Amino acid sequence: MSDTATRTLGDEIVATPMAPASGRAKLLKMLVPLVAFAAMLAVPIFVEPFWTQVGFGVFAAAIGAIGLNLLVGTTGQLSLAHAFFLAVGAATYCYVSGESGGTATEVGGLGLPPVVGMLCGVALAGLAGLLFSPIAARLRGIYLGVASLGLVFIGQHLMNTLEEVTGGFNGRATPIFAVPGFSFGSSDPDLFVLGIPFGEAEREWYLGLFLLAAAWWFAHNLLRSRPGRALQTLRDSETAAAVMGVNVQAYKARVFLLSSMYAGLAGVLVALSIGAIAPESFTLEVSVLYLAMIVLGGLGSVGGAVAGAAFVSALPVIFQRYADVLPLLSQPGQGGLSAPQGARILFGLTIIAVVLFQPAGLAGLARRRPRRPARTTSVAPSTAPAQGSTP
Amino acid sequence: MTLFLSLLLNGLSLGALYALIALGFSVIFKASEVVSFMHGSLLLFGAYTTARLAADLPFGVAVLLGIGLTAGVGLLVERLLINRLRGSSVISLAILTIGVDIILVTELTRRIGSDILNMPAPWGGDVIRIGDVGITTNRAYAMLVAAVLIALFFAAFRFSDWGVAMRANAEDGETAALMGIKPGRVSALAWVVGAGLAAVAGLFLVGSPTPGVAPGIQAVALRAFPAAILGGLDSTGGALVGGLIIGLAESFASGYQDQILFLGRGFGDVVPYVVMILVLLVRPSGLFGTRELTRV
Repeated sequence: MSDTATRTLGDEIVATPMAPASGRAKLLKMLVPLVAFAAMLAVPIFVEPFWTQVGFGVFAAAIGAIGLNLLVGTTGQLSLAHAFFLAVGAATYCYVSGESGGTATEVGGLGLPPVVGMLCGVALAGLAGLLFSPIAARLRGIYLGVASLGLVFIGQHLMNTLEEVTGGFNGRATPIFAVPGFSFGSSDPDLFVLGIPFGEAEREWYLGLFLLAAAWWFAHNLLRSRPGRALQTLRDSETAAAVMGVNVQAYKARVFLLSSMYAGLAGVLVALSIGAIAPESFTLEVSVLYLAMIVLGGLGSVGGAVAGAAFVSALPVIFQRYADVLPLLSQPGQGGLSAPQGARILFGLTIIAVVLFQPAGLAGLARRRPRRPARTTSVAPSTAPAQGSTP
Repeated sequence: MTLFLSLLLNGLSLGALYALIALGFSVIFKASEVVSFMHGSLLLFGAYTTARLAADLPFGVAVLLGIGLTAGVGLLVERLLINRLRGSSVISLAILTIGVDIILVTELTRRIGSDILNMPAPWGGDVIRIGDVGITTNRAYAMLVAAVLIALFFAAFRFSDWGVAMRANAEDGETAALMGIKPGRVSALAWVVGAGLAAVAGLFLVGSPTPGVAPGIQAVALRAFPAAILGGLDSTGGALVGGLIIGLAESFASGYQDQILFLGRGFGDVVPYVVMILVLLVRPSGLFGTRELTRV
């Protein structure tokens, strides 16, 4: 049962509390994220809006990837339905906060404050996950993967059909996000920081950054708590988990709820980042890309999911921008490899390489060197039986 | 009544094609524990190479070459990638095939571009009429070929050495290996068969009434997924039944679209998934799949 990814992951979890961390190492461990966060805060002052826009897209994808990773990486429930839950979040936000009207298609809208819309999006996506969980609880492994694949197509159909909510095939515009007294659009209030105009891109950067930080922190703590450990036991063996007193069905339902709430939030942010929603933004390919993110980043690792999301969602945009300088790429319409195609082929190759050579993903690479010495003593007892059990 | 009969006939022929693809899924799964998410791209590859080759070669030769090349791709993937990961978890193997699929589809989509390749089959867009009921010649041949291939497959599965080796390997891999059955060879052959079947299905799926070779047809292979799953992934007979159920359901849902308009337009494309989820709710391992036992 246990593949290499799980084993490496298991190491890390055992190793963290047991590793004899000196005071300085502990301090360093707390400081690094804080410094990184502070550095991220300063980014919009130094870079052009293009990069903050890319960054907002990455933050959105990262939140979704963390959610999917809780489900697939931590709990071992293969899901290809992530695009569906993203769509639920995005469509709900647009319907609740949007105004009725519309040019191409007549759409409805409740016109409530965007914060309410966002919360509704998260809640409804969570509800959708909870409704799917009884089905999920009956299925295992690959059967679950394929059943969840069905959800994506049903979601596509719904997005095309429920024109009043989603705008149908043509989609609808996303209402700009705002909190009372502050809009995340280009004005209201006009904002200058150190003489630099803070427009939509810069403001949304901060929105995404804070939400991602919260999402990361929550998942990080969850994995180190009692429910988090229960989920990991569930992945390794459902029977063993049940014997240990873990309520299997209840935990499966909860992790579906949580994962789809993350997806719902990601969906709202994706809608904001694109500026409109349409069925083509939530296809099966999106699900596959999210899966690629967590596999590349390392199954079960929160930081890995974020790194994978950055890689997968930023790469095509960067390729697009530098298409004229990069080798092998050509401008659109010249018959060569276009930027998105080049990026996609690179994803494919990376996925294959990761599964073949580095099943723990980017997180595994990062973890590999510095911790080696500390590991020999603390981990040996936990890995020995795991390896012994596979003849 | 005429409508019903014609939908039934078309549903059966579509179902036969789904069954071919689903059979490929389940053979591959039985032999190598891999759920192939790259069947869509194999199907597209087969159709594309055949259509391109047929421009210069006689149609029959092009078909054989196309099927052979697709089987070759399957073999290559098995030898280079799957074989190295024997014993890995089903999920990481599935993800691996997704990686291959992304590459193949991207490259094929780029090559096809915006033009639509026509499959220059000698029967073209002819229609056969039996009384009032009509079916395109392409689909009629599809049904015939699929029936022959499926019969051949089951005979081989039952009587040939390969079939015995395959069943033994699926039953108990370790014992089979001790008896001298090479698991690598079984799995390689399964991939050749699976990819070849996908190519045959692709050949007919791009013919009339479908307009031609377009990247969209890989979505059709995805609809064979529900077929394989609802029959039970490890059951070859189940793949056949599942394929026919899905084909008929899709055909009827599209044909009676106006009567079920409250479900939205284009519901036919979603029906396979709805049927699959309903069946899985009642039988979590499909209709004929082995129930998972948990030993404590």
